[in-house]
Amino acid sequence: MSFLEVETVSKYFSEAGGQRLCVFKDVRLHIEKSEFVTMVGHSGCGKSTLLNIIAGLEKPTEGAVILDGREVDTPGLDRMVVFQNFSLLPWMSVYENIRLAVKAAFAQWEARKINDYVQRYVNMVGLAGSETKRPAALSGGMRQRVGLARAFAVQPKVLLLDEPFAQIDALTRGTIQDELMRMWTATRNTVFMVTHDVEEAILLSDKIALMTSGPSAQLAEIVEVTFPRPRVREEVLDLAEFARIKKHVINFLKNCVRERPANDTTFGTDALVVTRRVAAKA
Amino acid sequence: MDQIAVMSERKKSIISSVALLTIFLAVWQLSVKTPAPGAKAEGLPGPMAVASRAWEMVSDPFYNNGPNDKGIGIQLGYSVGRLLIGYTAAALVAISLGVMLGLSPGFYRALNPYIQVLKPISPLAWMPLFLYTIKDSSQSAVMVIFMSSLWPILANTAFGVAGIKRDYLNVSALLQLSWFKRLWKVILPAAAPAIVAGLRISIGSAWVAIVAAEMLIGGTGIGYFVWNEWNNLQLTSVIFAILMTGFVGLLLDTGFGSLAKTLTYKE
Repeated sequence: MSFLEVETVSKYFSEAGGQRLCVFKDVRLHIEKSEFVTMVGHSGCGKSTLLNIIAGLEKPTEGAVILDGREVDTPGLDRMVVFQNFSLLPWMSVYENIRLAVKAAFAQWEARKINDYVQRYVNMVGLAGSETKRPAALSGGMRQRVGLARAFAVQPKVLLLDEPFAQIDALTRGTIQDELMRMWTATRNTVFMVTHDVEEAILLSDKIALMTSGPSAQLAEIVEVTFPRPRVREEVLDLAEFARIKKHVINFLKNCVRERPANDTTFGTDALVVTRRVAAKA
Repeated sequence: MDQIAVMSERKKSIISSVALLTIFLAVWQLSVKTPAPGAKAEGLPGPMAVASRAWEMVSDPFYNNGPNDKGIGIQLGYSVGRLLIGYTAAALVAISLGVMLGLSPGFYRALNPYIQVLKPISPLAWMPLFLYTIKDSSQSAVMVIFMSSLWPILANTAFGVAGIKRDYLNVSALLQLSWFKRLWKVILPAAAPAIVAGLRISIGSAWVAIVAAEMLIGGTGIGYFVWNEWNNLQLTSVIFAILMTGFVGLLLDTGFGSLAKTLTYKE
């Protein structure tokens, strides 16, 4: 039994007119403890929806999520999310944002211990000196550092990263990815991340789960990334294996785009033709 | 725009304000017939007469010579006291109910028709019912304040809470905050700008209503004072009291203005 099991989860959205739209179907994904698994797919394949289902923020239409032997269908402190749009509380300072999470996770701690602990995480993400600033006064990169600190500080069983670097400028992105790698190496958290960024996925992950395009997206393939850790960005980017995996993933993403007849404007499932579907692994 | 330009803009508007006031006072003074010595004054009193009466009243605001002769400070005190009681009660009820409405769309839809009917009723229209049920004129006035403050706070709170970004509620769900912490750390701060806007609107309308209510109930308060002085044909006092209600209203509004500033957040 794996640490985190996504068991044949499907998600349908009901549309106007009583129709149901299948976002993804029968996704089966097993993640081992301390594994870093990333899901890559086009927009609309439902990867963020899947992440929200694991987080308990959305309910699956079919199937279940099992964490450490227990089914989870509501949010909990054992799963923390780092959001694409940071989701910091704008009326609280950096320090207060992290402390809110720490107090929630470790309610029995005394104030002194909580404060020391929060300060440690503030320092860890390099935000010492900015504790009293509100998120609005920070750059996107700094905000996401707060987001990472908040998530790691709770010490969840699973970290869920929802395109965490998508809204950060390209120059800062690399630095924060390195920081995430460093923090992950220190804690060996189990991580499930979704992203558009293929290089990011290869650099950070042990496994990459490839989704076909939606609607009715499916988990098509799992690519293993076996580079030794700790990884150094510059070294990994130069590896021939890196280029090979990147090519493979990009080809997959290119080929799974569905084509519609040129004159067809409907979005019904029948109008969509799969040009090539990679056989789903059992 | 640079600092100097801003300063001179501000200076210009201050100068214009003072000039307008001077012109207004001059026209007022000139249009008033100065009564012959010993003769009874006719028409409106002039600004000089109002000013001298104002000075008299302000220099001894807290004298008390029985029910019909109290200092302006005492009268304003009664009015502000009633305002605070009715307003605080309304704020507590409206914010609690507004949070509930904002969090449950079904409840909101169910109650909304009634709110829409009750909202446009003049708070003074309730007065006979209050007098009949409460049988105390001062408490009835407080209830009028309650009714006048209730709707703007309720509507704004419900609107503000219903519009809280999903992200903030997600964070509170992930952190498994207790309902109390959820309320104090997430919902109320998130909706605070809207709630304070409602508080600010309603303190203004409550202050407007209290003057009218006190004219009806009599006894004490700035509204009663205005009416009583009118009965005494003391127009200088009436004019000064009107100005004082405006001044107190301004103070109340400024207070909420600065509260709004501290509670607003940038995303």
